[in-house]
Amino acid sequence: MPESLISARGLTKKYGDFTAVDAIDFDVAKGESFGLLGPNGAGKSTTMRIIAATSQRTSGSISILGRDPEEHGPQIRAHLGVVPQQDNLDGELTVTENLFIYGRYFGLSKKFIRNKIEELLDFAQLQEKRDSKVEALSGGMKRRLTIARALVSEPDILMLDEPTTGLDPQARHILWDRLFRLKETGVTLVITTHFMDEAEQLCDRLVVMDKGKIMAEGSPLELIKKYSTKEVLEVRFGSERNKEVAPVLRDMCSRIEELPDRILMYVEDGEALLEEIVAKKLHPTTSLVRRSSLEDVFLRLTGRSLIE
Amino acid sequence: MKTAVEIADARANRFGHQLYAGRARAILERGFIALRSSTWVPIATGFVEPVLYLLAFGYGMSELIGNVDSGRGTVDYAVFIAPGLLATSAMNGAIYDSTWNVFFKLNESKLYQGMLATPLGPLDVALGEITWALLRGLSYAIAFMAVTAPLGLVPGISAILAIPAAVFIAFGFASFGMAITSYFKTYQQMGMINIVLLPMFLFSGSLYPISVYPDWLEFLIQLFPSWHGIELVRDIWFGYWDAGTFIHLGYFCVMIVTGLYFTTRRLRNLFMR
Repeated sequence: MPESLISARGLTKKYGDFTAVDAIDFDVAKGESFGLLGPNGAGKSTTMRIIAATSQRTSGSISILGRDPEEHGPQIRAHLGVVPQQDNLDGELTVTENLFIYGRYFGLSKKFIRNKIEELLDFAQLQEKRDSKVEALSGGMKRRLTIARALVSEPDILMLDEPTTGLDPQARHILWDRLFRLKETGVTLVITTHFMDEAEQLCDRLVVMDKGKIMAEGSPLELIKKYSTKEVLEVRFGSERNKEVAPVLRDMCSRIEELPDRILMYVEDGEALLEEIVAKKLHPTTSLVRRSSLEDVFLRLTGRSLIE
Repeated sequence: MKTAVEIADARANRFGHQLYAGRARAILERGFIALRSSTWVPIATGFVEPVLYLLAFGYGMSELIGNVDSGRGTVDYAVFIAPGLLATSAMNGAIYDSTWNVFFKLNESKLYQGMLATPLGPLDVALGEITWALLRGLSYAIAFMAVTAPLGLVPGISAILAIPAAVFIAFGFASFGMAITSYFKTYQQMGMINIVLLPMFLFSGSLYPISVYPDWLEFLIQLFPSWHGIELVRDIWFGYWDAGTFIHLGYFCVMIVTGLYFTTRRLRNLFMR
């Protein structure tokens, strides 16, 4: 068992009567890329804030690098790089000034930060924008700057809350590439996301969260194996006929999910099933065979889709 | 070279290390960096305003009014209002930074949230921002002194002590202003600050002695910090120290401590609970 950097047992956070995080257990190992996957309001961000020692738990225990954040907040925060969901870059400052002053908040020497800035600008591919004000940057650049800023103190753990929400596909891929590189250098990543493709791309291991609870835990592949079939056949008959044919389809495979616009059929061999359906002269208007994803896992566990 | 972790570990056994990392100066450093590229117009108006008052009232009105009993001897009207305007100028400078600027950083740019994700504590942020605000008060006080001295409005060399006094007042206002602002969530609430401030300054004796009021109003005005600020600077300006001077000083001590306490508490509750 590798060294555990973060360890939570029965971790709970309540706001009045509302339980945001409901007695969850998890461990994050050193060098691992750990994901919290779930829809908005699942308690992911709250969990992140407790780890980041900027929110206090109501009950349960948590230790980060062997320390309790309630007792050792500043020391724990010195080990972390935090990338919040909403960019909070300093709009009055330029790109390099943002990096510089953030390092100063950690108490780092000016000389150290100046050298570090060059490395970070290269990493974030922001050399050309080094003297631009933050407002002049695109969404993807701001995100990369926020990540670079979080790295100025050479953290052991990088916390990323919804790192690519609101970015266009190209900007997302650039960001993923940067995060891969970080992972290779041995930085532990803790990532929240409600995108299953992001979780599959970035996470070695993840927990699926819903309504403050952990529904399942494992690597993306393990989860798919455990909670879904190898393939999924998606068929559409038009909103009228979907209801009509659903009972027939249900008898043809182990599990189906009826969504408002389509029916998902869980099988080992999608093409073979499609042939069977066609043979029964049911003729779907469109059909698609794909591999199971974490979206299917989430659907199985909660009966709802991730993005509603 | 020390790492971030070593720096934080070194303070871990100190009293209050969760609240204060001993780096309020990092917030000041940020202020100076931001100042390099900020617009100077709002900063300049804060200084020009009291000078305009001084010229308009001090010279315009003093022809009509002549001499005034300041409570510390009879003086020319322009000499009477100069220390009052110095105090007002320092207070305005401190209030500008500690209210609207703080409100923006708290609610719009989420700057404090970013700062508090680092090992900095809420007291670092509060002290840093308040010190930044009182530096503005200091610069206004020095500038105002530089304008009034050649005009012959400064009675003696000891009046130079009015500058640290003005800074002390600015500290009180900045500390209190930031505390109040940290509890406000909307622009409407912020607007209330302006509604309170203007009459407070107009009626607090910067332009005339409050002995002209009926007793009940005089008493009411004496409860407000602006009156204590103006009187404190006026005492020092004329070298007239008495028990009242120390009451004014005490008033601002309480204001500073209360403001710091509530600001720190509020920032902790907002970002670390």
